[in-house]
Amino acid sequence: MKCQQCEKPATFHITELTGEKPHELHLCEQCAQTYLSQNPSGGMPIQPSLAGMLHQQLKVTDTAKELAKLDEQACPICGITFYEFRNQGRLGCPHDYTCFGSELDPLIVNIHGDNIHAGKHPKHHRQTSQQQTQLIQLHNDMKVAIEKEDYERASQIRDEIRKIEEGQE
Amino acid sequence: MRGSGPESDIVISSRIRLARNLAEFPFIRRCASQDRKSIEKMVHDRLQAIPGFNTLYYLRVDELAHVDRQFLTERQLISREHAEAEGARSVAIDNDERLSVMINEEDHLRIQVMKSGLDLTSAWNQINEVDDQLESKLSYAFHERLGYLTACPTNVGTGMRVSVMLHLPALVITNQIEKVFRSLQKINLAVRGLYGEGSQAMGDFYQISNQITLGKSEEELIGQVSGVVPMIIEYERKARDFLITQNREDLHDKISRAYGILCTAQTISSEETMHLLSSVRMGVNLGLIDDLAISDINKLFVETQPAHLQKLRGNELDTAGRNIERALYLRRYLQDRGKEHRDERN
Repeated sequence: MKCQQCEKPATFHITELTGEKPHELHLCEQCAQTYLSQNPSGGMPIQPSLAGMLHQQLKVTDTAKELAKLDEQACPICGITFYEFRNQGRLGCPHDYTCFGSELDPLIVNIHGDNIHAGKHPKHHRQTSQQQTQLIQLHNDMKVAIEKEDYERASQIRDEIRKIEEGQE
Repeated sequence: MRGSGPESDIVISSRIRLARNLAEFPFIRRCASQDRKSIEKMVHDRLQAIPGFNTLYYLRVDELAHVDRQFLTERQLISREHAEAEGARSVAIDNDERLSVMINEEDHLRIQVMKSGLDLTSAWNQINEVDDQLESKLSYAFHERLGYLTACPTNVGTGMRVSVMLHLPALVITNQIEKVFRSLQKINLAVRGLYGEGSQAMGDFYQISNQITLGKSEEELIGQVSGVVPMIIEYERKARDFLITQNREDLHDKISRAYGILCTAQTISSEETMHLLSSVRMGVNLGLIDDLAISDINKLFVETQPAHLQKLRGNELDTAGRNIERALYLRRYLQDRGKEHRDERN
């Protein structure tokens, strides 16, 4: 892919999430640096927080090689790759927040200026994040068992799901 | 849009929505069609089990005709994305259309409460209660540090969007609206058009909402929006005062002409209607038009939209047909209301 600003190959691929829709930028290293040094209000129709976010993104992914490696990372639960997330701006399952934690955290801080929830908690909150992940996994396994017509295994899984759901009552 | 509630001359509505996801399923984009069906059924069944929730109207959006989906969008009961998406999805709506729960939108659940005028506190009390009731029957995806987990990281934390819809014609006429936008952006508030994300401001309506959802409590986020709204109301009132004292004849002329076109046009587009109704709304507010109420104008804004006209007429209409139907509807409504007011005065 070519840089959006010049003819060189684009080595920086950034997804902007603070605007109305996910916004993609594909730039070569030089254009990315030039862009970063620009006044965010000058020229391009980008929200002010983008420069900060770009900076964080660039810190995380210094080279195209590292970015490619990062893009290949996939969530073991839902299968979404980091590349897909960058392209679509949407995550695949709750476990992605843990699985892509080190990449998502700087992004979240840039969007919200914080990464610690200060609002309400569910009153009946039953499971830890780990148990929630386990629940998605078990639901997936149950789907597979049903597809294979292995109803004995499916009913075992259903019991396991119930145990987790009821265990924390 | 009933034209009632605090500050309803300038504040059309107050809305709060919460994004929630079920712990045991992937987010919507990663859901197989079977997952979407399971979520839809599970939420529906559990809604039925909550006292008071079994009276909600429950509509399978994917089974509705295009015009009905558009009708729900025009009444702001579902989002445009929800109307146009694919796969099993639904909406539960209460009797007075203040509460709606979208199932399988971008998140598994999008709970929304809307009030007329500036009334964020009662909207929050209601939605908080609904959220607690739903959560007693469903396991939400919740992270100890990050809060409610959402498909898009821009909603994580509280999952809450607080929006206030304002009618700001005088700030538009006096070219001050850009200045207001710039200052709002500096304090992390977003400004959008009538139908939320990606829509253009039509008829001088602007929606102000919080941009961040993490790191502040729900009350703090509501406080941020409700703190700034009275200032914008005051700017708008000052701009209206300025226009009426400095430029009364021009303003009166503009408003009267707008009213005249709405009363007599034979064919009229949706956009022109919005634009003219905006002037007339300000005219009613300033006492320059005395045979209509704000609630009449709000009603016309809703009922002259494409799907509403087609539902009223009972059949599908193309753009030209809708423009004729719209003009006819406006002429009849305004003549009837005008007559009622004259009769009341006599």
